[in-house]
Amino acid sequence: MAKQLVMGNEAIGLGALRAGVGFVCGYPGTPSTEILETVAKHNPGDVYVEWSVNEKAAMEAAAGAAYAGARAMVTMKQVGLNVASDPLMSLAYIGVKGGMVIVVADDPGPISSQTEQDTRHFARFSKLPVFDPVSPEEAFEMIGDAFDYSEKYQTPVLLRPTTRVCHGCASIEMDQSRKKITPEGFLKDSKWVIFPRLTYQNHKKVEARQPVLGEDFSSYRFNEVTGGGKKGIAAGGVSAAYAKEALAQMGECPKFFKVATPHPFPERLALSFLEGLDEVLVLEELDPVIERELVYLCGKHHLPVKIMGKLTGHTQNAGENSTESANAAIRSFLGLLQEESKQAPLPSLPVRPPVLCAGCPHRASFYAVKAAMKGKKAVFSGDIGCYTLGNASPLDMVDTCLCMGAGVTVAQGLHRIEPDAVNFAFIGDSTFFHTGIPGVINAVYNETDIVLIVLDNATTAMTGHQPHPGTGKTMMGEISQKVDIAGVLGAIGVGHVAKADPLDLKAAVAAVKEAAAVKGVSAVIFESPCIAVTKPGPTYAVDAEKCTGCKRCIRELGCPAMVLENNKVKIEPSMCYGCSVCAQVCPFGAIGGEAK
Amino acid sequence: MKNCMLAGVGGQGTVLASKIIAQAAMKEGLSAHTAETIGMAQRGGCVVSHVRIGEDAFSPLIPKGTADVVIGFEPAEAVRCLPYLKEGGAMVVSTKAVQPVTASLSGCSYDAQGMLAFLKERVNRLILVDGEEVCRQCGSAKVLNVALLGAAAKAGVLPMTLKQIEDTIREKLPERFLSMNLKALAAGAEAVTGGKMQ
Repeated sequence: MAKQLVMGNEAIGLGALRAGVGFVCGYPGTPSTEILETVAKHNPGDVYVEWSVNEKAAMEAAAGAAYAGARAMVTMKQVGLNVASDPLMSLAYIGVKGGMVIVVADDPGPISSQTEQDTRHFARFSKLPVFDPVSPEEAFEMIGDAFDYSEKYQTPVLLRPTTRVCHGCASIEMDQSRKKITPEGFLKDSKWVIFPRLTYQNHKKVEARQPVLGEDFSSYRFNEVTGGGKKGIAAGGVSAAYAKEALAQMGECPKFFKVATPHPFPERLALSFLEGLDEVLVLEELDPVIERELVYLCGKHHLPVKIMGKLTGHTQNAGENSTESANAAIRSFLGLLQEESKQAPLPSLPVRPPVLCAGCPHRASFYAVKAAMKGKKAVFSGDIGCYTLGNASPLDMVDTCLCMGAGVTVAQGLHRIEPDAVNFAFIGDSTFFHTGIPGVINAVYNETDIVLIVLDNATTAMTGHQPHPGTGKTMMGEISQKVDIAGVLGAIGVGHVAKADPLDLKAAVAAVKEAAAVKGVSAVIFESPCIAVTKPGPTYAVDAEKCTGCKRCIRELGCPAMVLENNKVKIEPSMCYGCSVCAQVCPFGAIGGEAK
Repeated sequence: MKNCMLAGVGGQGTVLASKIIAQAAMKEGLSAHTAETIGMAQRGGCVVSHVRIGEDAFSPLIPKGTADVVIGFEPAEAVRCLPYLKEGGAMVVSTKAVQPVTASLSGCSYDAQGMLAFLKERVNRLILVDGEEVCRQCGSAKVLNVALLGAAAKAGVLPMTLKQIEDTIREKLPERFLSMNLKALAAGAEAVTGGKMQ
C-alpha cells in the first residue's frame, strides 16, 4: 500500500472509516472541519454523514446513533463543545452502546478562534476519557483506539487534536481495510432515560470507572516513559513533538513522559516516571492539565519531586508552543546555556490583518448600513463568521462580537440600557440557523427594538463553504427542502422582513432606512452569494483620465483589489470579482465595468 | 532532512505549492510532513507553509535557523521568514510586492526595494524572480506559486529536480488546470536560466 500525504483531519476521518464508523455529524469550525468532509468524500456508501444545525444537535444525534449500536463520531471545534456541553454532561452519565467518539479540535494561539480553552478540562469535568494525539500519524491510529475504548467502557470518548495536528500533513500508509459493524438497533430499556435516581447510581459507576481507566491507560500503547536520570520532561500533544525535536537539537535525552491520555491520568505509568526524579518540566499547550496531575500525584504519594511548568512560571501560559519555546525552556531546566540569536533585527514589516475578500458581498452590506445610519446614533453588534472582518477599517462596522448567535441578543441588552440608539445585529445565514433563531424570538417576545441584518451568502464561508439548512444541499449529496430565512422570521412574528441585494447600493440603503424606522423587531435579509461559490462577473477598471485621486473608494470600502499608483486608483484585475460597488461609490464616474 | 518554507499572503497559493513539494518527495520514497495556515489568516493575512522532508522531523513546524530554502511569494513576507533560514540557506523571492489594504488606506506603502536590498545583504543564495512578468506571460496571476516552484527547482535549491516537480504536477493537478500550471512551471524555470534573474 502506497503512502499518501494526508492532513491530520483527513487521517482522523479515514481512521474513523477504517474503524467502521456508521454515523458522522458535526458543525464546521476551524480547525476541525475537514474531518467530516473527509468521511463524506470517502463515504463507501453505508455511512450516514450530516452537517448538523449546531453542535448540540450533532452531539444528540450522534448519541442516538450510538444508543442504537452504531459507531458514531461527532466533530466540532473547542467552542462548539460549549454549545454541546448540555448533552455532553448528561451523556456522561447515560453512556452509549455503540462506540461514540467526540472529536473536539483545540486551537492554541489561537489561530482562528475566540478562546484558548482546553478540552482536556471538559474531559475532567464530564469524567470522560480523552485521547490527545501528537501527530497526524498517531491520530489515524488513535481514533480507532478511541472507538474500542468507548465500547469497552460503554462511554463516549473524547479525541482532542490541536491545530498543528489537524492541519499538519504527513505521509501515512493507508490500509483500506474496514471494520464491519452491524448495529443491533435500539433496545428499549430504562437505562436510556435520565432520572435523578439513575443519575445517582450511574455517578457511582462513573467514579468507580475512573481509576480502572487510569490503570488501563497506564499500559496504553501511545503513553510512554523513556530515558533516565534525575530530571524528567513530561509532555502531551504536539508539545511532545516540539520537546523531542528540541532534545534532538541539543543532544540530550532526559527521562521523558509522553502523555497521550491526559484523563483519566495514567497514574501507574506516571509514578514510574516520577520515581527517582528530582525535578520535572512539563510542556503542554493551553492549560496546565498534566502539570496539575503530577503535582497532585506528588502530594498524594509524598514524592519529593519539584514540578515546573505554567503554574510556576517556567513555561508560557498563553499562545502556542514551538520547538524554539521548548528548546529555551528545556535549556533553562537542564542548566544549559541559551542559544544566542545570530539574527540581525528585521526592518519594520507591514501588518496584514485579515480582510473581507475583494468582491465580498458583506462589504456592500456593511457599507449600506453605514450609509443609511450616517449621522444617527447606532450600535452594530456582530457575530462569528467572515463578516467579523467587517470590524476592520475603513468599514469599522462591528462594535461587539462574542460567540455564535450572540450578536442578536447582545443588541437587545444594549438597547434596553440605551434606548435612543438604533441597535443593529448582523448575523450570517449559517449562524442564523446555528443559534440565531432563539435570540430573534427573544426580541419578538420581549418587544425589544432591534434591526436584524441577515447576511445571506448561501454558504458557511469562513470554514470553507459547507452547506447549511438554507442551501438545500446535504452531505449525503441529496437535495433537501431549503429552510427559508424570511419564512422563519415571518413565522416568529417579525413584522417587517425585507430582502435586498447589497450590491445594489441605492436599494440596499433604502431597505435599511425603512427597517430602522420600524418599531419592534425588523429585518433586512441581504442576499448575495459568497464570491467563492459563484463565478466572477466582468472586472472593473479605473479610467485614469477621470480619476481625481480623491481615494473615496479606498477610504470607504477598503477593497483589497484597489491600490494607489501615482496618486490614481488602480484595480488589480486578478483580484476583482466585478461586484461593482466601487463604481457606485465613485463620485466622478471614473470606474467602469469590463476591463479594457 | 530538508526543510522548505513557503511564505506569502492568503490567497497566493502556498498550500498547493507545499503539497507539490511534499508529494514530489514522497514519489522518491521519502517521508514528508507539512504544516499550513488555514482559517482567518487565509483572507489576506500572512500565511506560512512548512515542508519537512526526511525521517527525522519530529514536529510539524520548521524551527528557526533550520530552513534549507525559503520561498517568498512577495518581498516583505520573505523578510519576515528570514529568521527561519539556516546559515548558507537559499531564498527564492518574487519581487512583486503585495501591499496590505492598510497601505492603500494610510497612503504609505511599504518599500519593496528596501526589503529586497535587505535580503541581498544577508542571503548568500538569493534568487529573485520577476513574478509579475512570469504571471503576465502565463496570462494568470494565480500561477505564481507554481512559477516559483519552477524557479526554485531550476536553481537547484529544492531537494528534487524540475522534472520530479513536473511529474508530480501532472499526476496531482486536475486536467483543466494542467496546461496553465505546466506553462507557469516552465516560465518560472526560464526566469532563472533566461537571464531574468536579477
